[in-house]
This record gives sequence, structure tokens and C-alpha cells, in this order.
Amino acid sequence: MLEHIELFFKSIFIDNMVFAVFLGMCSYLAVSKKVATAVGLGAAVIFVLAVTVPLNWLLDQYLLRDGALVWLGPEYADYNLSFLSFILFIATIATMVQLVEIVVEKFSPSLYNSLGIFLPLIAVNCAILGGSLFMQARDIQSLGLAFNYGVSSGIGWFLAILAIAAIREKIRYSNVPAPLRGLGITFIITGLMGIGFQSFGGMLTGGDDAAAPVEEQRMDYDKVSENKKKEIKEEIDTKDVSYNDAINK
Amino acid sequence: MALLTKKDASLITDPLADNNPITIQVLGICSALAITAELKASIVMAVAVMFVLGLGNVVISLMRNIIPSKIRIIVQLIVVATLVIVVDQVLKAFAYELSKTLSVFVGLIITNCIIMGRFEAFALANGPWRSFLDGIGNSLGYGVILIIVGFFRELLGSGTLLGYKVLGDPIAKTGLYATGYENNGFMIIPPAALIVVGIIIWVQRSRNPALVEDN
Repeated sequence: MLEHIELFFKSIFIDNMVFAVFLGMCSYLAVSKKVATAVGLGAAVIFVLAVTVPLNWLLDQYLLRDGALVWLGPEYADYNLSFLSFILFIATIATMVQLVEIVVEKFSPSLYNSLGIFLPLIAVNCAILGGSLFMQARDIQSLGLAFNYGVSSGIGWFLAILAIAAIREKIRYSNVPAPLRGLGITFIITGLMGIGFQSFGGMLTGGDDAAAPVEEQRMDYDKVSENKKKEIKEEIDTKDVSYNDAINK
Repeated sequence: MALLTKKDASLITDPLADNNPITIQVLGICSALAITAELKASIVMAVAVMFVLGLGNVVISLMRNIIPSKIRIIVQLIVVATLVIVVDQVLKAFAYELSKTLSVFVGLIITNCIIMGRFEAFALANGPWRSFLDGIGNSLGYGVILIIVGFFRELLGSGTLLGYKVLGDPIAKTGLYATGYENNGFMIIPPAALIVVGIIIWVQRSRNPALVEDN
């Protein structure tokens, strides 16, 4: 249970699809002029992610990963079809989006009309493929967690586009410099929001197995002896470790 | 006949400035921002997109008369996915460390709006040679922005370029660091890329008033 809650909040705030990994930026920038359309697109993204990430997880688990085909027979244990991930994921996504479109048109024509062109365009939204690829890269362990990841990344994206749409509606009355109007100022505002979201980075580091606070580990560089300094420099030059790793040894 | 007529040459030069895919057409933003913390990753990504877009444009252009309109998105996706799988496998084989840095963003070239955008807007209606030039031009435009952002982020954020320490040694305090200069850690975090691109847009639109948006 705790795992689910942690993944939920982590995907919305810390690994936010827009601010941490920049997925879905094209539609984010194009659709965020009004709050109403932003809400519609955000809801569609959540829906499609919630459907495609678990499906792709099943595909990955039983078909694509190293040794996944073992359920067919023990002689298939060596097969690694992960190079087909891209094409199979995108095929699932395109199919599911088409299916979702048909279902929505049948059961809720008003929702279908308000989403308009955005629903088919979601198939090529990098947020959707990105959700599945990150699910694969981060080795999500169960179907429930995959569904959780899909929904929470969608909610994170939805939060981002809602916020930027609201801000863009407000700054229509502001005195933005002409070359920055529209696209430029949106980029800068998104950057500032991203910096704000970085503050959530400390959210999940409390508890018994938290890392020790950084202050205790840091060495006061000026008080270190000359020999140690030479050692550190040598280590950085020869072994190609980063500055932080070397001084925090 | 010259190898490149004036009209053909403009297919390559337009996207470099006036019709830049990232800052004017607003396509391909996702990967442009996420991997530009290092200059090397930016260059490799630009080359990868050039390969996929150039070849993809040619393939789609050669098939343009036989693709039924109803399934053209699916055909385009298949062509792009195949080319990206090739790029991904080549990267994993010859530059494994770099493929770890680029991680899922190589796969996300599939949904890079520049590629699908150029397929729809150009390759489906033009011959193979012109489509190839258009693909090269747009990926060069994309690459230019990536390289500029990667250059500034790596230089100001880590004091290195392509891994070489160009501003001096931060530990031994040589070079620029002797004057008290410190690396700007802000440049390495993801939001910095957004702000750098915002500034590039500012510069570009100041120089060319025709591109300024009406509010």
C-alpha cells in the first residue's frame, strides 16, 4: 500500500511529466491558451495513460523482456525481444486511442465533441509513449503499480497544463515584451514553475530508511590537508568520478 | 544542372533560422529540453534525428502514391519506429554510456512532432530528393537549437565542453576558478533548458519583428 502511495505522489510532483522530463510539451504549448480546452486535453491524457500503461506492462512482462517467453516453454527462456518494444508500444497506443475514441463517441457524444481533434492527436503525444517507456525503464513491478503510474503521471501532466493555461489567461493583461509574447514567455514561466516543483524533491526522503542529511556528509574543503587534496584531484583525473563523489568519500 | 537549385537550397537554409522547427514551428520540444545538460548528448541526438528524418522522409516520399489515406498515420509510425529501433540498437552497441544518458529519449524520437509533422506536410506531397533535403534542413534547424542550449548549459553548469575542462580545474582552483568563479548548478537542472530556449526565442524574435505574435 505504501508503495502505491509513494509512487502516486512521486509521479505527480517529483517526476512530473512536464517539469522534470518535458514530455508532451508540443500539445502543452499549443493547447494551453484557454483553461477549458486544457482541462479537456488533460482529462484525455489521464484516460489514455491509464489504459495504455498497464496494457504495455503486460506486453513487456509476458512478451518483450529478457526471458519473458518462458511461459511458452522452457526452450524460449533465452529470447530477448526488448528491441521490439518501441514498435509494439506505439502499436498498442495507436490501437487503444482509436478504441477509446470509438467508445467515447458512442457513450458520451458531448465529451467526444468537446475533445474534438485532440483525442486522435494523443496517439502521437510523447507523454503517452513516454509513460510506457519510463514504466519499462523504471522496472515497475506489478500491474497495479503500472496502473497507478499511468494515472498519476497523467494527473501530473494535467496539473501542469492546467496551471500554465490559467497563468496564460491572466498574463493576457500583462505588459510582456513584444518578442517574448506568446511562446517565449510561456517557456520562461514553465521554467520557473519547474524550479518551483523541484522543491517537492525533499517530500519522500523522511522516515527510517532516509539518507543521512547532506550537511553531515560534506567535507569542509579548506580544512583538508594538502595530501588529501592531491588525492582527490588525482582520483578525479584518473578515475573520472564526479567532484561531489570524490569529496564526499 | 547544379546539384542544388536555389529553391532546393532554401529547403535547407529556411529551417535554420526563419522556419526553425523548435522556435517557430514549435515542434520537437520534448527531447530538445531533456537531454541538453551535456553537449555530447545534444550532438548525438541531433545526428540521430537527422538520420531518422532524412531517411524517413525519403521512404515516405517513395511510398506516397500507394499509402491509403485512412492508414497513413499508422504507416508513418511504422516507418519511424523501425528507423528509431535501428538508431537505438546502434547506440547501444557503439556508445553504451551515451545511450544510458539518452535513455528513453531515443525512443521518444518516434513521437517527435518534427518527424511526423514533416512527413505530413512535405514528404507526402513531394519527390524523394526534395523530401530528403527538407528532412536534412529541419533536422539541422533542430540540431542548431539543441547544440546552442547544450553548449551554454554544459559550459555554465559544469565548466566543461564535451567532457574537457575548459574553464580550469574546479578542485585545484586553476584557470577561471582562481578568481572565485563557481559553476552555476542551476544550469544543470531541467528547468534551465526551458529558460535558455525562452531567451533564444527572445533573441530570434527581436531580430525578426515579423515573427512576433499578436496577443
